[in-house]
Amino acid sequence: MDGFARTDTVTDQRDQGRGFRVPKPPARPGETPDFSGINLGEPGKLPLLDAEAPVEAFEPFHHDLLRVLDMDGKAHGDWAGLVTDDDKKTALKAMIRTRAFDARMMRAQRQGKTSFYMQCLGEEAIAVGATLATRDGDMQFPTYRQQGILFAKGVDPEVMMNQIYSNRKDPLQGKQLPVLYSFKEYGFFTISGNLGTQWPQAVGWAMASAIKNDDKIAVAYIGDGATAEGDWHQGNLFASVYRAPVLLCVVNNQWAISTTAAFAGADKNTFAARMASYGLPALRVDGNDLLAVLAACRLSAQRARAGLGAVGIEFLTYRRGAHSTSDDPTKYRAKEEVEGWPLGDPIDRLKQHMIVTGLMTADEIDTLEKDAETEMREAENRAEENGLVHAGQGAEPAAMFEGVYAEMPGRLREQMKEAGF
Amino acid sequence: MSETLSNTKTMNMIEAIRDAHDVAMERDDDVVVFGEDAGYFGGVFRCTAGLQEKYGTSRCFDAPIAESGIVGAGIGMAAYGLKPVIEIQFADYITPAYDQISQEAARIRYRSNGQFTCPIVIRTPTGGGIYGGQTHSQSPEAIFTHVTGLKVLIPSNPYDAKGLLIAAIEDPDPVIILEPKRLYNGPFEGYHDRALKGWKDHEDGQVPEGYYTVEIGKAKTVRAGNAVTVLCYGNMVHVCQAAQEEAGVDAEIIDLRSLLPLDLEAIETSVKKTGRCVIVHEATKTCGYGAELMALVQERCFYHLEAPITRVTGWDTPYPHAQEWTYFPGPTRVAAALKKVVEAK
Ligand SMILES: Cc1ncc(C[n+]2csc(CCOP(=O)(O)OP(=O)(O)O)c2C)c(N)n1
Ligand SMILES: [Mg+2]
Repeated sequence: MDGFARTDTVTDQRDQGRGFRVPKPPARPGETPDFSGINLGEPGKLPLLDAEAPVEAFEPFHHDLLRVLDMDGKAHGDWAGLVTDDDKKTALKAMIRTRAFDARMMRAQRQGKTSFYMQCLGEEAIAVGATLATRDGDMQFPTYRQQGILFAKGVDPEVMMNQIYSNRKDPLQGKQLPVLYSFKEYGFFTISGNLGTQWPQAVGWAMASAIKNDDKIAVAYIGDGATAEGDWHQGNLFASVYRAPVLLCVVNNQWAISTTAAFAGADKNTFAARMASYGLPALRVDGNDLLAVLAACRLSAQRARAGLGAVGIEFLTYRRGAHSTSDDPTKYRAKEEVEGWPLGDPIDRLKQHMIVTGLMTADEIDTLEKDAETEMREAENRAEENGLVHAGQGAEPAAMFEGVYAEMPGRLREQMKEAGF
Repeated sequence: MSETLSNTKTMNMIEAIRDAHDVAMERDDDVVVFGEDAGYFGGVFRCTAGLQEKYGTSRCFDAPIAESGIVGAGIGMAAYGLKPVIEIQFADYITPAYDQISQEAARIRYRSNGQFTCPIVIRTPTGGGIYGGQTHSQSPEAIFTHVTGLKVLIPSNPYDAKGLLIAAIEDPDPVIILEPKRLYNGPFEGYHDRALKGWKDHEDGQVPEGYYTVEIGKAKTVRAGNAVTVLCYGNMVHVCQAAQEEAGVDAEIIDLRSLLPLDLEAIETSVKKTGRCVIVHEATKTCGYGAELMALVQERCFYHLEAPITRVTGWDTPYPHAQEWTYFPGPTRVAAALKKVVEAK
């Protein structure tokens, strides 16, 4: 089977266990990265499917990678037809803004303005592409690495920063950890810190839509590592049993903090094939190729809206940065992996596509990037004026007692008083 | 407590825990250590660092992100005869394993009438004080102390962390160890705006090398006094000492260390002497472990009490991010309670 970690056997000499195996990544620090085990397929090779195709038609997509862009920025095959020129421009802008936001917040963290941040460096195409396939009224259930959704939806970055700074204008009033946003009005479900829990919730939301004869769909996201949780398996089962209109997106970025996707079984079978084993149609998609991401999600969304139920989509990508600002990946993976990832960088690839097709000039893209930088700098200045929790200008203390229940119970009211409010 | 070596070394809590694993693994081949990121990387808090390198991947290894699977597999290994020591990355993420812990690990000895046992240890970082927000700050001890068949420990310093972990590994029954993560790198008295203190200058940061144990079920009096008994554990041991100084009352501060089993004798003796009792924990108040302590003190010491027993706890809200220091029961709140209880007529 293809995947990331090809090394099936433990090589550690001290291991005495009879066949006991602990997956070992292809490269630890100081070793040479090896991506040869990944089945990269070829752009344009897989045939375009009909949105209402029978489940069996998806079989070639379980192990072969759906790709549109080659590594020179050229688009291939019929899937490309599902993406318009406007889509590409909108997506590039949202991806560039996402990256500029991340860069700004990483800097803010180093400056002590927030104790914590998580970037999605190298994974921008996934959240942005999927969002362009949704409509207002749909609901996405993201993890902490889908901030791209918010840029594709047009959320004001200052408001996101207010949440990160847990300040007086934080829409969540300081209740939640930085980056665990909630934006109901943008179809963005409140992010949980507990991995995997939202996978079956997204399925349930979609079941409700089907029950009410609605055409709204849900989008679920999960990391490769978190698929090990029981919730992933149960969500897949429910989606299949009830034919829930939900896009089930596994973001396979190869790493879960310090362990590889092999700990979630990725070297034995693809996530796409495993979702298919629940009877779901499933696709394996180049997650660093915006055109492939958007095409796959658009077709899947169309299928779900037509009442044909869920589609499982595995996005192959690479976590370029540290897990979070509390993490140091040089301790557990080879530095060279980042540049060695065979599917490149999603923004570089889309930029190149825009240039080779003449959709945008290098100068226009340059302006886009400069504008994004300025936008984020200015947003940060405004957010900082609203306070920083670490400078003692956090959200209203008394707000802590509100929202535990719809109505504050007597005991809590007593405690609030005891706390001096 | 039994000590076979007297050479001591300054250790923070992380080093002491790592050392306890090392000592136990060295002494007993059946001890295996695993958890999310606990193998190659040595744990996100580094408590298992170096063990895989020293003992190999069959004795210390990474696990899938599947807490229920981790504990379930641990139970099976224990049934075979191994001594699994499991790390759950944060106590907030232990709940997927609650079924395996409360219905399985805790019940196997009883339901098989002793044919099968479950000598596993589950270590997990607990408590707040690190701006971790709701899902890196909770104190879930009471959901375990409510389960008979489990033992529940919570060390407040490197010395106890090492001695209790070795004792837990040797214990024939399942033991949960909640490690206050705010104490990993130094004692924390609840003054978040003051400089971090290390364990270097703290008596309990001086840890014997090699093997020793701290007896499970024994509390430790960290300050003797006559005016009021303070029952606390974890982070609150340090907060209560600071509060005692703030309040200037002659408090007897007891670090329970072991919540299940509980050192009732130490509690009873102290409360009968002082006639007053303040109970302090970080967890939410309603049905928290303090409720059990209060009931026990009332049952056993009622006729010696001169004032109502008082609890200082986290508020009954989820653990907030921005309002961490309003939530966290710091020395000011504890000091006020101490004064009130001591002055009550
Ligand atoms: C139930 C649960 N267990 C453990 C954690 C701690 N944790 C946070 S992120 C993470 C790694 C997740 O990896 P993956 O699912 O691959 O997502 P990625 O970070 O790569 O986007 C872990 C173990 C958690 N948040 N929730
Ligand atoms: Mg991952």
